[in-house]
Amino acid sequence: MTAVLRPSPRKLAGAALVVAVVAAVAGWVLSAPERLDAQTLAALGPGDAAAGERIFHAGGCSSCHARPGAQGDARLELAGGLELKTPFGVFVAPNISQDEKDGIGSWSAEDLANAMMKGVSPAGDHLYPAFPYASYARMKPSDIGDLHAYMKTLPAVPGRAADNDLSFPFNIRRGIGLWKRLYLSSDPVVALPDGTPDAVLAGRYLVEGPGHCGECHTPRNFAGALDKARWLAGATAAEGPGVVPNITTGEGGIGDWSEEDIAYYLESGFTPDFDSVGGAMVDVQANMARLTPEDREAIAAYLKAVPPRPNGYPPRPKPAE
Amino acid sequence: MRKLLVAISLLAFAASAASADPISDRQAAMKERGKIVGTLSKMVKGEQDFDAALVLSSLQTLQENAEKFDVDALFPAGTETGGDTTVSPKVWEDMAGFKAAEDKYLADVKAVNAAAPADLEALKTQLAVVGQNCAACHKAFRIKKD
Repeated sequence: MTAVLRPSPRKLAGAALVVAVVAAVAGWVLSAPERLDAQTLAALGPGDAAAGERIFHAGGCSSCHARPGAQGDARLELAGGLELKTPFGVFVAPNISQDEKDGIGSWSAEDLANAMMKGVSPAGDHLYPAFPYASYARMKPSDIGDLHAYMKTLPAVPGRAADNDLSFPFNIRRGIGLWKRLYLSSDPVVALPDGTPDAVLAGRYLVEGPGHCGECHTPRNFAGALDKARWLAGATAAEGPGVVPNITTGEGGIGDWSEEDIAYYLESGFTPDFDSVGGAMVDVQANMARLTPEDREAIAAYLKAVPPRPNGYPPRPKPAE
Repeated sequence: MRKLLVAISLLAFAASAASADPISDRQAAMKERGKIVGTLSKMVKGEQDFDAALVLSSLQTLQENAEKFDVDALFPAGTETGGDTTVSPKVWEDMAGFKAAEDKYLADVKAVNAAAPADLEALKTQLAVVGQNCAACHKAFRIKKD
């Protein structure tokens, strides 16, 4: 009886093949790299290098792309080489200096914008979101035009950084196209009502866009995307031991810091509870110290307006007696 | 008399027990640094008026603290973990680098003392010199845990 209803193995195999082909074609189409539209590209503008310096520091480019351990002016030599050891494998920050061959000296402003806002290389490949384009996607095109003009003034440094060393399936770049469909958006994370003060809006732009603060301060889901329901609530460090602090006003966070405390911390590295900046934040704070006081005040104003959340990382085990 | 002796020996025991705990000792030394820098920070932030005498005494205490900071005694082998320490294993992996960082800190604190800031602007600059040491060491040798 059942033998009559059961499809033949041949038919089954045929159906499976059809499903696989449809899935493969759909996957291929859905995972295709997408570039910016003409309107966005037109908004890049001519580029103002002086204004771009501020964006360079706000964006923290040196933190990953300077040689590891570089100090002072050497932080403007963007030779790459920093390793990010993550659960997906080791990402190596590439050379983004003006070297034509090993860096991005041949990139146009349009190329830079497609990389930063769409995660697509000039050759049309997906870039890994370890490069925080999921945050940079919220940037104003004109800021990227300015950044491109500023980067043109920085030195060319020869030498390619090592390749990424990722495990399967994360080593398949095409898969990133599907990730982008789910997680890449230029919309703001925190919706702010009409009449929100300009400083808060300016802070939202700096924090959610170029500053890409959420990339470390927000927990990630199984796919490595930021969990926006726990935005800025702190996270287990993606790299190495330890945690990244909760910077909302929720429990465990910075509710007892005033806006002045936050701005002073970003300028000086000193916390109001008599501690100092540490870990990967040291380089970030050095960048923040180079912004204007108004920028730091705007960041502080925004952080105070972010919805409070409890810590996005598990409590520390009690010390053994 | 007997009671007094007992009390004294208890106190002595407590004191020796305290110094037998390098993790607490180094944490106390770090907290003292933080408190002193916090006093100076209040002036830079404008929460308190510039007070040259307080600046001077604070910087002197900061120097005494740095001079007393004996890395060998405070970071002996076996104190990589324990208590609520947030120390990074890098202290022991790169003991020479850690000691060099402490030496640089002491030298910078001494230099700031030698040219004690006479006004708020100078204090701001000098405090930044000290603060770079805090940050550099906490970048390499501490792990944030909560």
